[in-house]
Amino acid sequence: MANKSVWSDNRFWQRTAAWVTGFASILLIWLTFDTSAQISMGNDADLKNGVTKRVPGPTVINYKISYEMSTKRGHEVPYIGGNDGKGGSLFKEKEKFFGRDDYSEKEAADLLHLGKLGSQAKNCMDCHTLMGNGAYYAPDLTKAWLDPAWGPEGSMQAVTGKSTKEEAMAEFLQHPNLYPTHARMMPNLGITAQEAKGLVAFLKHLSSIDTNGFPRNFGKMQGALNGK
Amino acid sequence: MANNYLKSESKQLATWYFTFAAIIFGAQLVFGLVAAIQFVMPSFLYQILDFSIARILHINALVVWMVFAMFGSVYWLLPDETEIETVGIKIGKLLFWVFAAAIVVVVLVFLFIQVGPADQTTIWFITEGREYIEAPRWADIGIVVVALGFVANLFLTGIKGKQTGIVTVLMADMIAFSGLYLAGMFFTDNISVDQYWWWWVIHLWVEATWEVFVGAIAAYGLIKMLGAHRQVVEMWLWIEVSMLFGSGILGMGHHYFWIGTPEYWWEIGALFSALEPLPLVAMFVHVLYDWGKTQGAQEAHHEKVSVIKNRPAFTWFVLNAFGNFLGAGVWGFFHTLPQINLYTHGTQFTAAHGHLAFFGAYATILIGMFYLAVQGKNGIKVMKSTKLSIWSTSMITGGVMGMTVALTIAGYVQVIVERAQMGATWSGYFDSQSGAWFTQAMDWRLLMGVITFLGFVLLATDLLRTGKSAIHER
Repeated sequence: MANKSVWSDNRFWQRTAAWVTGFASILLIWLTFDTSAQISMGNDADLKNGVTKRVPGPTVINYKISYEMSTKRGHEVPYIGGNDGKGGSLFKEKEKFFGRDDYSEKEAADLLHLGKLGSQAKNCMDCHTLMGNGAYYAPDLTKAWLDPAWGPEGSMQAVTGKSTKEEAMAEFLQHPNLYPTHARMMPNLGITAQEAKGLVAFLKHLSSIDTNGFPRNFGKMQGALNGK
Repeated sequence: MANNYLKSESKQLATWYFTFAAIIFGAQLVFGLVAAIQFVMPSFLYQILDFSIARILHINALVVWMVFAMFGSVYWLLPDETEIETVGIKIGKLLFWVFAAAIVVVVLVFLFIQVGPADQTTIWFITEGREYIEAPRWADIGIVVVALGFVANLFLTGIKGKQTGIVTVLMADMIAFSGLYLAGMFFTDNISVDQYWWWWVIHLWVEATWEVFVGAIAAYGLIKMLGAHRQVVEMWLWIEVSMLFGSGILGMGHHYFWIGTPEYWWEIGALFSALEPLPLVAMFVHVLYDWGKTQGAQEAHHEKVSVIKNRPAFTWFVLNAFGNFLGAGVWGFFHTLPQINLYTHGTQFTAAHGHLAFFGAYATILIGMFYLAVQGKNGIKVMKSTKLSIWSTSMITGGVMGMTVALTIAGYVQVIVERAQMGATWSGYFDSQSGAWFTQAMDWRLLMGVITFLGFVLLATDLLRTGKSAIHER
């Protein structure tokens, strides 16, 4: 056996497989610890103290959220409570959500919990995408809260007969079959008023998550049809 | 059964798994057709069997039939590899019925209850609503119990009998495969954490443990169908395992570009997932090289007969080598770099990749295993292709290729109109979906889906009939 090359030795390749797999797994686990710390949900104190979290606390629903280009990062990022002009959030500007901007940590967390449960109980991801993951039968919801269609410049408030973004969204979610926007219509999923409120809170919170600039150029080119 | 050549109970159990898998395979295609029709005609079954439900059933049926066929494949090859009867076969049979019954209940609930109120009872009993693994929590626990029983049988048999390289790889692979499912069994309000762990199930299944499983099955098939040299085959298998896990485990980073996770995943995901096609090239070379080598050795002795002991199965194994490389490798590489993925993520591009990858990497080789089982069950020495098997193979392969091309074109439209121009808004999305290129692509996809389904009907007929055909050498 002295002349046999190591390259044609099964034991050698078996050990290689074990070492490579072990090394990759350990690296993945190490990165998981780092990532887990970075994506843990923030809290109300973070928002009040101006601490930027990749996933802000539920009380982010008390604040105005925008999605703007950051020259520092080279892509769009969510700004919470205004833009400080230096690539960070200001955490100052509030925004009423169903008439209030003083949701307590517990109230906001309960709403988000209800919304996240609702997003699963109604199989949202099997038509829509959330952060790009899901099915491709309906629009991506990552930044749905910031979609111009629901804002004062869009049509959905008039269509649903509501005067705020959150009320228009909640109304649509409860009776989507009454408000067609395309031949492909969302079915009525029996969403209650409270569940709809939770889902809108979930969507508002979702829009505040730092997704490294996905989706790109969101809503910046309205009406740019046919390459014009 | 009157004419059953199977002496091994393990192989008999394998045929149960294969039969159930083939039925669910058919169901997968039926619900896929429903979803494809809805893209063309949105009012079809609106508020009766909506797209979301059709899609859940389409993809869950896909996962379930493949898992059944994978379990079946292991029960099939264990007696050949270990040279003993599988340990705990009675429990294996019981678990088969538990698994099958659970699947039927889950499907009926998906079909007739569909959604529930936003509380934990829905998560436990109706749907977990997490893409691909929607099965409610009670079924999750059932799946874990069944998988543990299966892994126990595999380990006890592997330890007691002859432990070949193939069995060793399968033992390591199947315990990882079962264990990873646990990562998909919890609820959290934090969607970034949710998706982080969700990918541990989805990605580490289909881009790591399942691929290694395919490597092991291909190795078994080459030895079984060609009489390829075990030492060479197993050496290749270990190289493939190194390359698959070496690229696939950290290749998971390509799912962590946009879900709230830090930027360093761009580099890690790009580098390792770009390497993912390499082992698929290796597997492709491996299959064709061994084929040429054994055939060449035979012809050196002036014998002109084919070395292939099972033509239809070997055809599917070769299609696996091509399809895995094309569908998983090339179509995956198209959009794996973050600069491109920023625009293609979550579009029909992904659907195109998904269709060709699952077909090319998994459906092909598992259909090949169906044919090996038909051969074994009917005591056939050399199995030939019938007209039906050639037609069904051509129609299924052509149909899936056609769907893939159609979806790729639809993906281009969506990327350019919705993503590049309109920035992924609600109106941008529907503008992309209304373009002529998109709607025509969806018409073609439906047509190709129908061809695939007809091909499946021929395949099922062939699997039922060919065992009794007189053309085979017995």
